[in-house]
Amino acid sequence: MSLYALQKLLFQLNRDPEVRRRFEADRDGLLAGYALTAEELEAVRKPDIGLLYVLGVNGQLLMHYAALRGFEWNAYLEAMREGVRRHGPVRAGVYALVPE
Amino acid sequence: MPLVFAGACSHAPGITGRAERADPAARERFYAAMERLRLALEAARPDALILVAAEHFANFFMSNMPAFALGMADEYDGPIEDERFLRIARRRVPGNRDLSERLIKRVLDEVDVAYAEEWLIDHGIAVPLHFLTPRWDLPIVPANINCQGPPLAPPHRAYAFGRALRRAADAVPERVALIGTGGLSHWPATPNSGKINEGWDREFLRRWCANDKAALTAYTDEDTYREGGQGGFEIRTFIAVAGAAEGGTGEVWCYEPIPIFAVGCTAAVMSLPGAG
Repeated sequence: MSLYALQKLLFQLNRDPEVRRRFEADRDGLLAGYALTAEELEAVRKPDIGLLYVLGVNGQLLMHYAALRGFEWNAYLEAMREGVRRHGPVRAGVYALVPE
Repeated sequence: MPLVFAGACSHAPGITGRAERADPAARERFYAAMERLRLALEAARPDALILVAAEHFANFFMSNMPAFALGMADEYDGPIEDERFLRIARRRVPGNRDLSERLIKRVLDEVDVAYAEEWLIDHGIAVPLHFLTPRWDLPIVPANINCQGPPLAPPHRAYAFGRALRRAADAVPERVALIGTGGLSHWPATPNSGKINEGWDREFLRRWCANDKAALTAYTDEDTYREGGQGGFEIRTFIAVAGAAEGGTGEVWCYEPIPIFAVGCTAAVMSLPGAG
């Protein structure tokens, strides 16, 4: 259920300017509204794009969150690779890294 | 009025957002095919365009995920993506609520489609429109097939959805065109972005051009995920076009693997037997 809440946060951030405004103005208050684990909270705050990827966040959500947090395309791809190196294989979802 | 046009094309955000990073010759071949598609669409003199897209959480989420949905509004805002990321300015695209409602009623005879009176467009619709209706003036009817959050409707239902859209379009007096947008094999938004399975794509397009319903609907999600990646689930949009053009055959005007765009960039049309 927690991955669902994490993805819901990113979904709402991506599509709703008011949620983005709160993310800047009252981040703690906004995040308190989602049932996130400590690991997920840390990944969102840092942001640790690689950990969010490993936790199983759908790429169509994570791609935009990475852009929102200032990751250009190559930095975003590298952050996901680094996430797998540091945190291990993707734990859920359909966006797993596949061997070349 | 019988459906006046059926086509299909890619919609990857890199096509506009990372344009200068592609091999120029490959990019220009694809852009030229999109221009040819624009001219063909215009020659069909459509009053409205159904865009069968694979929405990416612009509107629908796992809280309430329709297998199939149609927009029912007089206007649509978007794209939702950052303008610097997609390089398409945010705007308002015209719709036609009344036409949508009449289409939805007919589709419901065959497929239990959801409708949405509010719909934000994302790159799945904005990138094709950027090329096909550069004045952004043709009313659209957005359609969505869930290709993103499994469980997904199987391919034979995507075919049936396309067939239902065809019958609905045939039943209204307006001249309606239909274009499906999606990737074939691709691994977008993963570290494998840029991986393209050209052999798998070409076999899919061979089946698509033949409008071989049995072969098109034989794909399982397990096979597609292994050979075509999670992005490959979007073959449903092309399969819906085949359903809309059942009895017709397809012609691929461009298939160009462009890794920085993350897909084999495709532009294709399908003939419409019995169309006026």
